[in-house]
Amino acid sequence: MDFINSALDYLLGIPILGWGVHVGFVYKALLLLVALLVFTAFILLADRKIWAAVQIRRGPNVVGPFGLLQSFADLLKFALKEAVIPAGADKVLFILAPLITATLALGGWAVVPVNDGWAMADLNIGILYILAISSLGVYGVIIGGWASNSKYPFLGSLRSAAQMVSYEVSIGLVIITVLLCVGSLNLNDIIRAQYEMGLAHMIGLPQLTFLNWFWLPLFPMFVVFYVSALAETNRPPFDLAEGESELVAGFMTEYSSTPYMLFMLGEYISILLMCAMTTVLFLGGWTSPIDLPPFTWIPGFIWFFLKLSMVFFMIAMAKAIVPRYRYDQLMRIGWKVFLPLSLLCVIVVAFVLQLTGWGWHGGVA
Amino acid sequence: MTLPLFFFYVFSAIAVASAVMVVAARNPVHAVLFLILVFFNAAGLFMLAGAEFLSLILIVVYVGAVAVLFLFVVMMLDVDFASLRSGMLQYAPIGVVVGLVLLIELLLVAGSFVVSPEVASASVLPINNGVDNTKALGLVLYTRYVFLFQGAGAVLLVAMIGAIVLTLRHRPNVKRQDPVKQVARRASETMEVVKVKSGQGL
Repeated sequence: MDFINSALDYLLGIPILGWGVHVGFVYKALLLLVALLVFTAFILLADRKIWAAVQIRRGPNVVGPFGLLQSFADLLKFALKEAVIPAGADKVLFILAPLITATLALGGWAVVPVNDGWAMADLNIGILYILAISSLGVYGVIIGGWASNSKYPFLGSLRSAAQMVSYEVSIGLVIITVLLCVGSLNLNDIIRAQYEMGLAHMIGLPQLTFLNWFWLPLFPMFVVFYVSALAETNRPPFDLAEGESELVAGFMTEYSSTPYMLFMLGEYISILLMCAMTTVLFLGGWTSPIDLPPFTWIPGFIWFFLKLSMVFFMIAMAKAIVPRYRYDQLMRIGWKVFLPLSLLCVIVVAFVLQLTGWGWHGGVA
Repeated sequence: MTLPLFFFYVFSAIAVASAVMVVAARNPVHAVLFLILVFFNAAGLFMLAGAEFLSLILIVVYVGAVAVLFLFVVMMLDVDFASLRSGMLQYAPIGVVVGLVLLIELLLVAGSFVVSPEVASASVLPINNGVDNTKALGLVLYTRYVFLFQGAGAVLLVAMIGAIVLTLRHRPNVKRQDPVKQVARRASETMEVVKVKSGQGL
């Protein structure tokens, strides 16, 4: 009975026998999920609009005012079409792959602190959790490509496997440099550290919070992280897993309707997760750029989404203006440029912190 | 039954079942995927035991990297498992005997395993609940066992260099690009702009 009660607590948020801790947990999770999905719908539209604007086109502009409802029309179309499963495909894995991609991408958002104390789960190892979740994302692609039982999807998934594993290394090292400065793996602590110490405090103007954020002292790492995030999420110019000019549509070639939509949804949500990671690690999360009245009146989650949207704009621009990399060049830049650079940076940052005694000491361990 | 206990049984049941499937699956790719499921559930068990750092490192390192490369290789190999299994019944009795011997040995060892009360009370490193286990591991690894830790790292580095040396072949007459050279090229070095008057030519 005890178990049933506690399970009910989890599922319904209703405390039956003193398990009141989890009240509303599910509602909060649902709220985040819905907000995230709606946000993703508009981010998808923004991506297409930005791409169109760079090419002096209008982009989607028919469904709703300025094409605002385009993504919802797409959703209806995807959901109502027939899902085709190729005869030679491994049926279970074929269906499982897009589910894995979408679930993992959404799961990563559980620890993202959208505002002070708003994280669904304020884990003390939040950053490691996100790293683990994003490292699992590769399975959706590999399994999807293999289960399709077709040449191009398989080639796409093989490319993607090597690519994502390579860039994970540099992402991990970038995260380590930030963690060295913070001394905690908690995402809220990382944001607080950027608020409470840094360049602005050193020059005696603690109101200029944006000078505190890690993008300035760790600028090379910021660039490495941005490029690695593009590669990790298979975004152009590193979308070799998809590579429509040589591989039809890469690992997604055989997918249609809802399974395809899940792939695309998962991809965009993991892009947003990477944007959120950039915001948390380098752009101060929910803190306002200037710690003075007109800016501090704006709630933290709005700052968070503004910063997130800005990072997404950068990613969308990269898609619009950079041509696709060749595969060997992609591997070269990952292993021969980013890996040594970020490794060097870890060593330099560790030395500087040790010699000067800088770093955040307000963490609760 | 409390919720953690319930999850313990869920994780262990799936882990054991998929461990069996690793051996029993007909398709090698399915076997590797079941292996990944075992890793994943082991990570869940670590998490339940309160070792959250180990749990997530297991996912990042084993599931996220090692198993991907493993899957990569297995997907590329064209192994005909039917032919490998053809002699299975012939070898089964020997396998069963070896398995039984191992099982009996394990039971004997595990059954006689007793922690003496003095050792249990005089634990060298007392469990510190105030420090989370990421920090606790770091404090132990980088102070007390720093040489062993660095030694293990050196061994891995040597293994990696060894593997590269063994497989690296320098083929002559291969045209390669040097991106540094390509980027450093300037228009002035490679191209001459000539103003040609009409009707005169060069």
